[in-house]
Amino acid sequence: MAQLDVMGTPNDDGRFGDFGGRFVPEALYPAVSELDAAFREAWGDPGFREEFHTTLRIFGGRPTPVTPLPRLSEELGIRLYAKREDLAHTGSHKLNNVVGQALLTRRMGKTRMIAETGAGQHGVASATAAARLGLECTVYMGEIDTRRQILNVFRMELLGAKVVPVTSGSRTLKDAVGEAMREWVTCVSDTHYCLGSVMGPHPFPWMVREFQSIIGVESREQMKEFESEVPDAIVACVGGGSNAAGIFAGFANDTSRLIGVEALGGAAIASGEPGVLHGMRSMLLQDPHGQIREAHSISAGLDYPGIGPEHAHLAASGRAEYVSIGDDEVLDALSLLSRYEGIIPALETAHAVAWIAKEAGKSLPKGSTVLLNLSGRGDKDVAQVKEMLDGK
Amino acid sequence: MKSLETSLRALRDSGRTALVPYFMAGLTDDWTATIDALVEGGADAIEIGLPFSDPLMDGVVIQQAGTRALERGANLDSILDELGKRRFSVPLIVMTYYNVLLHEGLASAAAKLHRAGVVGAIIPDLTLEESSEWRAHCDANDIATILMVAPSTNDSRAAALVATTEGFAYASARMAVTGAASDEGSGGEVVSMIRRHSDVPAYIGIGITTPTQAAQAGQVADGVIVGSVLVKLLMDGASSAEVTAFVASLRAAL
Repeated sequence: MAQLDVMGTPNDDGRFGDFGGRFVPEALYPAVSELDAAFREAWGDPGFREEFHTTLRIFGGRPTPVTPLPRLSEELGIRLYAKREDLAHTGSHKLNNVVGQALLTRRMGKTRMIAETGAGQHGVASATAAARLGLECTVYMGEIDTRRQILNVFRMELLGAKVVPVTSGSRTLKDAVGEAMREWVTCVSDTHYCLGSVMGPHPFPWMVREFQSIIGVESREQMKEFESEVPDAIVACVGGGSNAAGIFAGFANDTSRLIGVEALGGAAIASGEPGVLHGMRSMLLQDPHGQIREAHSISAGLDYPGIGPEHAHLAASGRAEYVSIGDDEVLDALSLLSRYEGIIPALETAHAVAWIAKEAGKSLPKGSTVLLNLSGRGDKDVAQVKEMLDGK
Repeated sequence: MKSLETSLRALRDSGRTALVPYFMAGLTDDWTATIDALVEGGADAIEIGLPFSDPLMDGVVIQQAGTRALERGANLDSILDELGKRRFSVPLIVMTYYNVLLHEGLASAAAKLHRAGVVGAIIPDLTLEESSEWRAHCDANDIATILMVAPSTNDSRAAALVATTEGFAYASARMAVTGAASDEGSGGEVVSMIRRHSDVPAYIGIGITTPTQAAQAGQVADGVIVGSVLVKLLMDGASSAEVTAFVASLRAAL
């Protein structure tokens, strides 16, 4: 079998090395097969790509800029740039994926989307894309998260979506994914499951990466305005890993270091073992008996015990590095970017900022060029940040 | 042919519609006694759930049962140790999720199941395409891997599934996860699809709750699987006599 390009097109079985694949109940198998065929066909159709790019331009605010961060660069002794996904409509990179999947939903003749959400970013983005395209939308959200993120629940409802609190298991993101998949079994004939990250059964990890790769493709081109070479390092936070996969995809065949920053309490690469969950074989936090452990992070978007299978493969092959940052390092990083550059990042993104600040002058040598994927804005987190700062 | 299929074919040849109750292992200290109660009520084989934290194919009742079993400290080894202390008069089939077996190691898991007297396995998140490594270990341990056929399965895929399944083909009565359902379901159509391709026994499950539904399923299928309603009884603290009586009511309806 031919060697795949780094971050190339997977075979029909959806494997990335030892990871990926399809582990779903038989009732869902026809749906994921159909989705694979539909995505391959659509993604090969210039008309579909045009519709995708046009929607992201006239509705989504793309292309997002690359912004040099001069004051923080001087402070850290590196040349730091940010890809501004915080400026995309709904405030994060999540819209890229949901626009793609919503267009595909319509193309498959389905009228309804379901989605899972943790903090609510993917839920809000899904509700937004559904409204734009006239699709029905139901979002599954852990009951604990619906209380923690009550404003996002209201946003989704304003956008016409129905939010269903999930009361099983730990009542957070992991259980919302499980419940959305169970629900999909019952309504698969007219409903698409709009998964929010590069995870789940094939073709989701590949398809979501392809929709998000617009981040990497744009930023590789945009960096030429500032630097003659590709950046020495690309840094992105990783929960399931969709923003990281998107920006890595633009640089996978370059010499740039690719660095994914996980939350310490959800570090699937550092602390996990290979296993099968939510339709994929990947690295997962598990107890000694193969039960899935709950992740713990101050950022709900990184509160997931697994990671997308392609990241597990990129880690195993050594092409990308995965590091982790603890909760206590995140608030300082959020303040740092806010005060030096006038950008309040999401708590998720602040993990990547924290790692850069920590490693500048060390594993990121003085004078090196670093591109941060500024995956989301921090507005959603300010109440939580205030509480934490007040409590310090 | 695996011993499970040999015995289930013999059962069919004798003219008896098989009744296969499901329950979750590890719910109480004396959970293996539930097997006796089920056999006394007229069970022909028993499906035993091995708990998993994230059961994709299970509705709320079996999810809660799994959580309770895990909270009581149940795990693969503890369950199989207790199961292996005795031998039962009917075949034992486990139902679990792939990660429980994968984490143990497939070779070790298959060997441990065999030593505990288990002759069949239903692993709903293990697709046909991903199952060959597991099935090779089953061959060495006389474990039948039972595959599901769903209402959404098309005819050519059904042919591949029934050519591979062992013991019986599990016809899903409806597009749903486990748990009570009020409609008749479409198990009959799935059974017809199975029979177009194979004479392997075809059993119907998913959402079969009442003796009436069991009787309807039993008219078209070689066997009927009843789970969540029984698990609910056990979760609510039903006595052995009550469990036996409920199974007997299903048996009488068949």
